Amino acid sequence: MDYIDPHIHMVSRTTDDYATLARMGCVAMSEPAFWAGYDRGSVDGFRDYFRQLTETEPARAAQYGIQHFTWLCINAKEAENVSLSRDVIAMIPEFLDCPNVLGIGEIGLNKNTKNEATVFVEHVDLAVKYDQSILIHTPHLEDKYQGTRMILDMLCDDSRVDPDRVLVDHVEEHTIKEVLDRGFWAGMTLYPVTKCTPQRAVDMIEMTGGERLLANSAGDWGPSKPTAVPDLIFEMRQRGLSESLIKKVVYDNPLEFFAKSKRFEFSPRQ
Amino acid sequence: MSSSPSADEIVADKFLEVRAKLLEIAAVLDRVDRTAGENGLDDAARQKRAALQAGIDIVASEGSDRAARLQMLYSREYQADWRETFGMTSS
Repeated sequence: MDYIDPHIHMVSRTTDDYATLARMGCVAMSEPAFWAGYDRGSVDGFRDYFRQLTETEPARAAQYGIQHFTWLCINAKEAENVSLSRDVIAMIPEFLDCPNVLGIGEIGLNKNTKNEATVFVEHVDLAVKYDQSILIHTPHLEDKYQGTRMILDMLCDDSRVDPDRVLVDHVEEHTIKEVLDRGFWAGMTLYPVTKCTPQRAVDMIEMTGGERLLANSAGDWGPSKPTAVPDLIFEMRQRGLSESLIKKVVYDNPLEFFAKSKRFEFSPRQ
Repeated sequence: MSSSPSADEIVADKFLEVRAKLLEIAAVLDRVDRTAGENGLDDAARQKRAALQAGIDIVASEGSDRAARLQMLYSREYQADWRETFGMTSS
């Protein structure tokens, strides 16, 4: 089955991974900007990273018939440096007209601090001013519930934000309902230990029906599995769920959400 | 298309997998008890051990929302006044 991975960090993966993903049916992916494993020291470091996301990775993906899209931001882990964050936010518009840019992301919170919240609000303002969709990172483990609620508070505070153009990622059993109830899209990350397994993700699909719900691998440089979405497809089939529901979650929903980005163009496999 | 498995089939299918996970939990707790000194656990470890016990209690309870309740057990409580704490106002 053709599928789309809406959240995967291919700058951290080998070319062999592109080949494997293509063989597993991946036809498109989107790559949010994230933490490199170290704090970058200057706005030029981010400018180089954004060139990698808008030039290098699309070319690498295309070699395997995969369409690569991206989201730009300074991530929450580096948002403690508010001055650098503001410089990066001011530079982002240089890249917003690149053909594979879908919007601003993955913005969010990490430890739910004041500086993170300040930089989050300024990213949202940038997205609204430039008519961009938003992809959101929610914190891990014991910080997730508070951080998700804070993020939803900030988004709902801003009447200019259209929830239908916002994907809140890394939802789990205790956060998914509020995200969907408030009209946002929700993403489930299939990740060893800290997020959710394919089995628990399918439980959530069964309980919510799959409307406005996406699933991703968030494959990166840490313990993660870039082929996690095919694992989800396999689990859904094992449970006898319909092919139409599987396709909705792993293909139709990502396309519907991505299509809200003004630059999005997709060529389905013939 | 195959039909969704029944509750009976899920129990049968998942029995060995869940049994293995329960054994793993039991073995870890045994290891803790076996290696704890005469003074037992320090405060931080005792709190974590108690949190594990509270989680086990949720797993053993009735209901169809055990996973969500476990998640809440291991979450910080929501502070509704976070804006005031940060000196931020809603627009």
